[in-house]
Amino acid sequence: MAFDLANPQRFEKLAARLVPLLTIASGVTALFGLYMALFDSPADYQQGDSVRIMYVHVPAAWMALLCYSTMAIASAIGFIFKHPLADVAAKSAAPIGAAFTFLALVTGSLWGKPMWGTWWAWDARLTSVLILFFLYIGYIALWNAIDDKIRAARLAAIVCLVGFINIPIIKFSVDWWNSLHQPASVLRAGGPTIHGSMLTPLILMGAAYALGFAALLLVSMRGELAERRIARLEQTARAPSRATVA
Amino acid sequence: MLAIFERDIALAFRAGGGAINSVVFLALTVLIFALAVGPDRARLAASAAPILWTAATLAAMLSFDSIFQADFEDGSLDVLAEATESLGFVAVSKAAAHWVSALLPLILATPPLAVLLGLPAAAYFPLVISLAVATPALSLLGVLASALALSLRRASILMTILTAPLLTPAVIFGVAAANAGAENSPLFGPLLMLLAAFTLLFLIAMPLAAGAALRFNID
Repeated sequence: MAFDLANPQRFEKLAARLVPLLTIASGVTALFGLYMALFDSPADYQQGDSVRIMYVHVPAAWMALLCYSTMAIASAIGFIFKHPLADVAAKSAAPIGAAFTFLALVTGSLWGKPMWGTWWAWDARLTSVLILFFLYIGYIALWNAIDDKIRAARLAAIVCLVGFINIPIIKFSVDWWNSLHQPASVLRAGGPTIHGSMLTPLILMGAAYALGFAALLLVSMRGELAERRIARLEQTARAPSRATVA
Repeated sequence: MLAIFERDIALAFRAGGGAINSVVFLALTVLIFALAVGPDRARLAASAAPILWTAATLAAMLSFDSIFQADFEDGSLDVLAEATESLGFVAVSKAAAHWVSALLPLILATPPLAVLLGLPAAAYFPLVISLAVATPALSLLGVLASALALSLRRASILMTILTAPLLTPAVIFGVAAANAGAENSPLFGPLLMLLAAFTLLFLIAMPLAAGAALRFNID
């Protein structure tokens, strides 16, 4: 118990120092990235200025996968070593990941309207990202449905890991399904390799998103830890009065 | 393992009701689909395999949360947990019993309903085979869902949210195999093998996960 409590305290100190640093780093990188993406990079010869949606869309899709991987790793650690900090990390990463996944879906849809002439196509990537979004929703819903935190953490970890094994299979099946139903004319397979003038802002935006994710994750974890501490305090405060009643 | 299987089958058939309700649910779903699509025979026949696959999947998902419920309430799950090291094997037996008692009736009910939808004659065998190969995966997923559901409030809607994304590959390849078989396409065999591979993967992964979930929910 002492070990469990001590470690979150050390985490608390570290997180308190890291959050402002990460936030500033993310903001500065995003400023540079956005400037390059919006003003300093060429418009695509086919897509025109719509290509600039890519700089917010593609990193969001990367984050959608990175967040789920973070959840899966944290879940595995929490499951094997029963460390509460890992449980908290997995739980906190889920809503952030769901938000990034949603952002990827929305920006993809906004890009699809001028490019494909439709808000939504049952394109393989869109479809598998949509399924990923539902995996996030299910995971979050499971956490909310169980009162006992430790049990919730273990069961949610099982669900997260089962989902993690399944993601490649879902991806494969949806790719296959799409190639069956829709000729590959809409999306050119292996299109032109991306030019450096576009790659730099894309990488910058990716870095900004990742730093932002780290900052949000730490803030969210601190919030969750504080909530747990309050719950513990309330429990100990209530315990004596209950004893006198009994 | 075999004892659990036999006991569950006996219980399911003596108690009755469950499987019949699932079949009625399947028939009603098909009815609603037919009403929604309209009486045009060509359109109905073209969508018969997808409709039946959807209806069977939904009916299967509804039967999930009851798999462990009775054993959990009357304490026999605790006895099983005491008696065996590996609840994973218990999960396999429960999945097998669930398949025979809940999903096999659904598969058997599919051909008569396919008649109503005007499915072409060549399509019956591929449809039933595709369901038979893929539905064990649903039972195995159902065992995990049911094991998770033991400590949940409002379990059934949550189970749907958790299981539906995971069984998308089965639906994709299942309907594809049914269609490929109906068209006498050379893809039929390979698609059935993909379905079988999916089922086998679930056979390994799901009992492990379900066993772990049972442990946490029992103590």
